[in-house]
Amino acid sequence: MAEMWINMGPQHPMTHGLWNLRIKVDGEVITDAMPEIGYLHRGMEKIFENKTYVQIGPLTDRLCYGSSFTWNHLYCMTVEKLMGLEIPERAKWIRVMAIELQRIASHLMWLAAYAADLGLLTGFVWAMRDREIFLDLLQALSGSRLTYNYARIGGVAADLPPDFERDCLRAVDYFERKLKEHENLYNGSKIFKMRTVGIGILKREEAINLGVTGPTLRGSNAKIDIRKDQPYEVYDEIDFEVACHTDCDCWARYIVRMTEMKESCKIIRQTLQKMPKGPVRVKTPMLAPSGDAIGVVEDPRGEGMMYLIGDGTDRPYRLKVRSPLFVTLSAAKSMLLGYKVADVVAIMGSIDVCMGETDR
Amino acid sequence: MESSSNRVEPVGKKELSQLVSGFERKLERELPLSIGPDLTEIAVKREGLVSARCNKESILKLARLLRDKYGFEHLSLISAVDWRDRFELVYHVRSYANYCMMEIKVPVPKDDLEVYSVTSIWKGANWHEREAYDMMGIVFKGHPDLRRILLPEDVKYFPLRKDFQLAEED
Amino acid sequence: MDMSKQIGTVMLMKSKDFLAWFDDWFGRIMKKGVIGRGIDVLLTDFWTWARVNSIYPLHFGIMCCALEMGAASASRFDAQRLGVIYRSTPRQCDLLLVNGPVSKKLRPDLRRLYDQMAEPKWVIAMGECAISGGPFWQSYSIVQGVDKFIPVDVYIPGCPVRPEAMLEGFMKLQDKIRATKKGVLTEERV
Repeated sequence: MAEMWINMGPQHPMTHGLWNLRIKVDGEVITDAMPEIGYLHRGMEKIFENKTYVQIGPLTDRLCYGSSFTWNHLYCMTVEKLMGLEIPERAKWIRVMAIELQRIASHLMWLAAYAADLGLLTGFVWAMRDREIFLDLLQALSGSRLTYNYARIGGVAADLPPDFERDCLRAVDYFERKLKEHENLYNGSKIFKMRTVGIGILKREEAINLGVTGPTLRGSNAKIDIRKDQPYEVYDEIDFEVACHTDCDCWARYIVRMTEMKESCKIIRQTLQKMPKGPVRVKTPMLAPSGDAIGVVEDPRGEGMMYLIGDGTDRPYRLKVRSPLFVTLSAAKSMLLGYKVADVVAIMGSIDVCMGETDR
Repeated sequence: MESSSNRVEPVGKKELSQLVSGFERKLERELPLSIGPDLTEIAVKREGLVSARCNKESILKLARLLRDKYGFEHLSLISAVDWRDRFELVYHVRSYANYCMMEIKVPVPKDDLEVYSVTSIWKGANWHEREAYDMMGIVFKGHPDLRRILLPEDVKYFPLRKDFQLAEED
Repeated sequence: MDMSKQIGTVMLMKSKDFLAWFDDWFGRIMKKGVIGRGIDVLLTDFWTWARVNSIYPLHFGIMCCALEMGAASASRFDAQRLGVIYRSTPRQCDLLLVNGPVSKKLRPDLRRLYDQMAEPKWVIAMGECAISGGPFWQSYSIVQGVDKFIPVDVYIPGCPVRPEAMLEGFMKLQDKIRATKKGVLTEERV
């Protein structure tokens, strides 16, 4: 039978973003795969060189819009390292709390899209409903549902609003109960298990060599998490576990993300207890010194990194963004070979694609 | 080689620095001996970060040595920078087991834009190098599939070079 | 023409002339004749009611506003109560929601999607990036506004657009469809 190339994308309900997956099929079996990206390229790195440090803040939100606070915070942390700024303690704890709220919202968005792809529309509606609670909390902090610009260079934009601790604890309690219902829905669904167990296997050594990070790597039996290996902000004072699973398939990545959501609830409770009182922002200089700095964080999708070169003016000389999905997508071929066309949706959905950071 | 999954937790801050700085001092001592005069300015910037400068002829040898002997198994990032008199490639590689990241700066003169590709050593370098070619025009010898990745195929310019200007604010 | 002349004409024609005369005879009676106009006067309000309450957008998400489009179709800001159901192929859709910046690589593909949709079709530009380029207007690789190559009916401002604003945009499109109601058969304003 002749083999042929099929285009899945750029407009395809599976893609969640604009990218093209070209697969070579022999009947139903995939023999080659080539992802093509670049449909959302906006030239962010060139725009960054033309704007001042303060003006870049809102643009970094649009890098990965599914977890926008993480990129905002990563940018502010990198600039603070370059300038040698020390931010107040309360700001660090508020940042960690907002990061974990954002992590839960991002994983819920992934869960909603994954369930909708695999046909489990109940999961889509439940996950979106619970995500609204966390978006409301983040809106109370920053004023916006999706792109916050809440972390500023020197701290955070404003202190917690009144009654925020009470609402946050209530939300986390409610969510921990609801998470059990979510798990029952997926674990008890025979079709979901058939579509994810044993599908999309990526072994540990190959994953590390390909540069894969994040839940995809932790689902391949590697307990690697930047929050534990290279703690930033106040993660070294918080007690939590790193989620890891030994099967290297889509089911493992799903379990890793559900566990991460539970751990995030634990972290949020600890931040609310241990947060000290004090100011939340320091005054920052307008000019940055010459030199370079790197900032590394654990994005919900993997290892996010920024490499910043300053040249003594108020604009960066070069700001390079490392997006975790840029590398994980290039590993798509290893995950897809030998499976059927209907498995493409399950495998590519389990990587949690967000094209904003991939294309920049 | 100790793997990350069986380390003892939690580790206090002081213990961690004593554990790790021995490895960085080892790198600082041994790498110039193995690579020779092509590797210059090696320094420990802070705990967990070693930076070095390497000529582009020896980058492949250095990469192989780092991966096989010292356990740098993860390539994080390859950035391309346009200093006005030369280009520069900055490699960030990480060793999970030793909690160390190494920053290697490779100058690329503007009249000889060819550099050896490290995809044979770290497969994750594939798309990073394609992006460096797409944005700056640096050509990687030995790359399996060097073509544009973010811009359309028929575009002739390299946008991140400093002589390419964006539209001005009005 | 009376019947005898008609039959005579039919017998003297070549087959392809006959087919050209016979083709769509029912459509021509309906569209150009009195019967068509009569049906339209009676039923245009019905067609408009059907079109207004069953706008099917295309499953097409570009950037951040796409997440708000997804949130608008979830249970809190239910868009399905307006009759909006997302379809995956442009052949079954009425509405193209452009919700992000359009890059030069995407431009021919988006135009092709627009051309594949059947009449009547509408376009909504959602968010600042689709209206004018947004925060990335300076960039070398995006088109400054989707109305440079696709005619747009409704513009929804916002960055990102709140789901309530998106629902109001749908309702404005419904008002526009009601105001420009056309007969289905005769394609004239009734």
